[in-house]
Amino acid sequence: MTTLVGAVIVALLLWLALWTVVARDAFVAVAGFVVYGLLLSLVWVRLAGIDVALTEAAIGGGLTGALLLGAVGRLRATEAATAAERAGPGLRVLAALLALAVTAALMLAVLSLPDPAPTLAPLVVPNLPATGVGNPITGVLLAFRALDTLLEAIVLVIGLIGVWSLAPDTAWGGRPGLRYRADPDGILAYLARVLPPIGIVVGLYLFWAGADHPGGKFQSATILAAMWMLVQMAGLGDTPRTDGGWLRLGLVIGPLVFVAVGAFGIPAAGAFLAYPETWAKPLILLIELALLPTLVLVLALLMNGPPRRHGGAR
Amino acid sequence: MSVETLYALAACALVGIGLYGMIVQPHPLRKLIAFNIMGTGVFVLFGALAKRGAAAGLVADPVPQALLITAIVVAFAATAVTVALLLRLVESTDTASLADEPPAGR
Repeated sequence: MTTLVGAVIVALLLWLALWTVVARDAFVAVAGFVVYGLLLSLVWVRLAGIDVALTEAAIGGGLTGALLLGAVGRLRATEAATAAERAGPGLRVLAALLALAVTAALMLAVLSLPDPAPTLAPLVVPNLPATGVGNPITGVLLAFRALDTLLEAIVLVIGLIGVWSLAPDTAWGGRPGLRYRADPDGILAYLARVLPPIGIVVGLYLFWAGADHPGGKFQSATILAAMWMLVQMAGLGDTPRTDGGWLRLGLVIGPLVFVAVGAFGIPAAGAFLAYPETWAKPLILLIELALLPTLVLVLALLMNGPPRRHGGAR
Repeated sequence: MSVETLYALAACALVGIGLYGMIVQPHPLRKLIAFNIMGTGVFVLFGALAKRGAAAGLVADPVPQALLITAIVVAFAATAVTVALLLRLVESTDTASLADEPPAGR
């Protein structure tokens, strides 16, 4: 039974991926990719990665899908011109052969993996109580591999700087994205009033529960960012000016606090990002609290794109 | 066949499918989608390896799983930067073509 379910999921997944890749129309491809992302979350559940499944559904399928949907609408006009550059049959056959060769090589590697598999789980379990958190994944993210998480937070901010740098000179410091106007009595405006309070509670719960259960700041930040964007799309709020002082403080507070806590570890525990024994849990909470606004702002602003217009006071 | 081997083999096929799409699709947005599929193939393979590493009472090795969360978030950021670059390219050249020679008539 388990194998049957697995086989059906795999067949659907591969068929969707192929369909997305070869579809004639870019919009169809994006729609396929969103469904593919949701199916992928199911794969993560089957692979016992509930935290990964939550992240995939929220970011991999949700945010990436919305981003691509926004782009495909604005790229409509360019599709016909590039369609003429479609690869000829010769190149397609060569590409298929190369793809098959890569797949076959990877499959050979998978089938010759060592048994029993190497694992770090026996190292994580006895050391987890020292961190004060119960969810081993949160423990890895913020204690054992904290440096990766720090660099990731910095990469996100750098990514946003990269997006903003693409603004035309005249729009620098202005507001990103479009100013949406929706019927103030319409269903969108209604949902944008009703859903955010629920979304904020769910988001903060995921944040808090992440210490001991599946969840955490990434999944939480995605939900909070989505609520903010819903308010923007319903025309109830505007995107912030990108030269706002508070906004920029919010963008860097997470990495700054993270680095500060890391530096505190040098005199207090003898290494960068080491936590003194009894202080581990409060310090981890402090980092997570500081990272939350950074993640919410970066995720939402990455979706909004570069600054495009001026308007309104700061 | 165990569940992790099944998904690991499927992940290999996903990498191949994404690679094929990246080569044959001329539009940059389609290349980006294909690249994302290739990336998810790598993620699923890594996730299957994490499942193989189940030990010490845990259902999977938490270290690769935590790195996967980081990877998914970074992949989203990279996709957002690419989309912004692509939209800017179209804004300033009126074409999304990546060919060395601009299409005739432009």
